[in-house]
Amino acid sequence: MRATYRDAGAVTVVDIGGRITLGEGSALLRSTIKDLLAEGRNKIVLNLGDVNYIDSSGIGELVTGFTTVKKTGGDLKLLHLTKKVHDILQLTKLFTVFEVFSDETVVIQSFQ
Amino acid sequence: MAPDTKHLEVTLDTHVESVNVAEEMCLRVAESAGFGEDDCYRIGMSVREGVINAFHYGNQEKPDKKIHLAVDITPDKMIIHVLDEGKGFDLSHVPDPLAQENLLSTSGRGIFLMRAFMDEFNVVPGRTGGAEIIMSKKLPGANPVPNGQGGQSAAPQQGQGT
Repeated sequence: MRATYRDAGAVTVVDIGGRITLGEGSALLRSTIKDLLAEGRNKIVLNLGDVNYIDSSGIGELVTGFTTVKKTGGDLKLLHLTKKVHDILQLTKLFTVFEVFSDETVVIQSFQ
Repeated sequence: MAPDTKHLEVTLDTHVESVNVAEEMCLRVAESAGFGEDDCYRIGMSVREGVINAFHYGNQEKPDKKIHLAVDITPDKMIIHVLDEGKGFDLSHVPDPLAQENLLSTSGRGIFLMRAFMDEFNVVPGRTGGAEIIMSKKLPGANPVPNGQGGQSAAPQQGQGT
């Protein structure tokens, strides 16, 4: 997994690629969110457009990130789901938990 | 074992990398058995989840314990066995990850995914005293599983769940 982030005003967009799975993938996602929160950035968009695989550990890490960010008064939203990630979130009913967007401008505006 | 069954077995260390090794091994077997891309994805994901279950919940990440993976290709299905050296668990005690109160749980979706992605799924007491996950997928072009023999089933055991 790889992750880079960029600021869009008060919102931070994290571009993620590869596999979010047990081990390095989940750990990198966790540390990225932790770093952002340490910098006081708690309006986070995870751009998953290049994530081609996620397992139950990765799903768990998404949920952990979501609840951790929420506890700080911020929000974590998802952008550009690939079919595999979309199907897994649908199967696990996490579509009812996460806000999911397909347009970056719209998701950034949704924080206002 | 029936003479027309192909059998492959490997013993894995209780290590994160074993999850990838198991997935890749089973993907190669599935591809050579004729499964298409979507089914290979489902099989690979199920193997990952089975080995993650053995690694984390069964063997509790203890490096002195082993994970035993076996694959059988019969004339009509691919059968995968994942055996740990833990205490076993009772499927009926595994929380439903789709229940409203569990949606924000950070774990507990592995069994659910294996059940969703495979044609048959079961957990039985293993020969090492741990839990043995047995799951199968019908081979492409094989006859449908007869009524009463398909779907998911459970074999209660004692101990902890995932």
